[in-house]
Amino acid sequence: MDTGLVAAQLLNGLQLGVLLFLLASGLTLIFGIMDFVNLAHGSLYMVGAYFCAELADATDSFLLAVALALPATALVGAAVELLVVRRLYRRDHLDHVLATFGLILCFDALVQMIWGPEGMAIRLPAWADGRQILPGGLVFPTYRLLIIGAGLAVAAGLYVLVTKTRLGMRIRAGASNPAMAGALGIDIGLVFTLVFALGAVMAGLAGMMIAPITEASIGMGNEIVITAFVVVIVGGIGSIRGAFVAALLIGLIDTMGRSFLDMGLKLSMSAQAAETSAPALSAMLIYILMASVLAFRPQGLFPPKTR
Amino acid sequence: MSRSVGWLLLAALAAGPPLALAAGQPFYVDILTRLVCLAAAATSLNLILGHGGMISFGHAAYIGIGAYAVGIPAYYEIHDGWLHLLLAVACSALFALATGAVALRTRGVYFIMITMAFAQMVFFAVVSIEEYGGDDGLVIDIRSEFPLVDLEDGLTLYYVCFAVLLGTLYVVHRLVRSRFGMVVEGARGNERRMASLGFAFYRHRLAAYTLAGALCGLSGAMLGNFTNFISPEMMDWTRSGELIFMVVLGGTSALFGPLMGAAAFLLLEELLSGWTIYWQLPFGLLLILVVLFARGGLAGLLEGRRG
Repeated sequence: MDTGLVAAQLLNGLQLGVLLFLLASGLTLIFGIMDFVNLAHGSLYMVGAYFCAELADATDSFLLAVALALPATALVGAAVELLVVRRLYRRDHLDHVLATFGLILCFDALVQMIWGPEGMAIRLPAWADGRQILPGGLVFPTYRLLIIGAGLAVAAGLYVLVTKTRLGMRIRAGASNPAMAGALGIDIGLVFTLVFALGAVMAGLAGMMIAPITEASIGMGNEIVITAFVVVIVGGIGSIRGAFVAALLIGLIDTMGRSFLDMGLKLSMSAQAAETSAPALSAMLIYILMASVLAFRPQGLFPPKTR
Repeated sequence: MSRSVGWLLLAALAAGPPLALAAGQPFYVDILTRLVCLAAAATSLNLILGHGGMISFGHAAYIGIGAYAVGIPAYYEIHDGWLHLLLAVACSALFALATGAVALRTRGVYFIMITMAFAQMVFFAVVSIEEYGGDDGLVIDIRSEFPLVDLEDGLTLYYVCFAVLLGTLYVVHRLVRSRFGMVVEGARGNERRMASLGFAFYRHRLAAYTLAGALCGLSGAMLGNFTNFISPEMMDWTRSGELIFMVVLGGTSALFGPLMGAAAFLLLEELLSGWTIYWQLPFGLLLILVVLFARGGLAGLLEGRRG
């Protein structure tokens, strides 16, 4: 097997994993703290990408566009929480699913109204658009390396935020016992809004980072949000550490499965059978993983310790 | 009140198509055929969702399985209708039995996610099988062939679909009234109580889940026959969301709820999409409003109950 190809696919898997983590970390916080199922999380991913594309057009600078689009996405997230989500915390999960499904329809239509049915591309600045030669002679696109680096940095920042800061303490207090935290004088409603906005920012960032590769398009979040849910379930609801491990795991499994499963299958069956069954099986791999985790370890791989 | 509206709706559905044809509007027969098929699917979903409290977020998979049970034999030029129906029901029931056995060990949001994961598996499996068109779908040249009835005739097809709807309503009605249905419904209310009363309700739930899948497979086979074209898009997770929407819009507690919900859903879709290309926006807003303010759905409103 070609080691260069394997290494490149490992990096691609890592890149997908990092993006999934950005989506899943917000999802798992919202899920774990507010016990809220947010299907519309993928819409915030899309909104972030469109904001970034629009601002990159206006300012001619990708970095400036990201810097401006992040707070804009946070505002959208906070608005969604205040207008809709807040009223649903006391409801059951069916209501969450339905209302956020409605939000998806609204967001998709709104984006189409504002930016039209066509996707929006983002041009990368010259410094990010090349290729790098890695140790070992592997050539890999600079921008994808930047995504991995930025994603890992955000993961580290999130870890510090949640474990070392006062806000993080409040978030953890809200997660383990909202009523008690409220009784101790923490404005739990504000914490919930902040957590939702934080989740929106990270989802938006993921959208901004992928948009230069795939372009911003309507419904771009609707597929990946489901994968992010798989990450949340596999990692354990409410666990950021679990989301991190599960995101990388699923990113790698999905990417490696798609590239190398047919080779693996050819060892045990005819070439033709392997070539027809490999694509189907590799697309199903992560769902098989999730179903097995749920069947044998329903609390996820790394459930949060509290509660 | 909701029951008499339901009967009125059924009477209108029975008399509607010939009137539409007489008025020179065959287009309406198409809409009504789709309505009747989706209403049957929604009614089957309500057996587990409304009565059993099992929020399946993967019910569209059975529509897909049913449709492909017509499409794949037709691809090999096997047009025997009874065989198609047998395949649709058997494959759906088997899939529901196998996945339900795993899924029903989980609760709450885990159940929602695992049913969705299983549906995604089918979705991606079909997407990646090039032989049957993959993403592009499959055209059904010749509809299922039955002795005496000719489904190529639009009106005949409609009444066969209508019969499937009536059959589904009857089965669900009888089941809900039976001892079996009481156990399933009791387990929704309080699992521990049912367990201490000595009911091994897991088996009842699994049976209900399997039956709902089989019934939905039947409506999927009819839908496949009607559209003459089947594609993985029929079982996209958003389709499952739409089915849940129909059930909740109509009301989960009433027999005719899902029928009313499907009718309202398609009527709104038709009206709004004729009015604006951004029809998803009012549609999504309405969904959110229904969740926030109109619990109990249309049937609940007719009974004078409010959120």
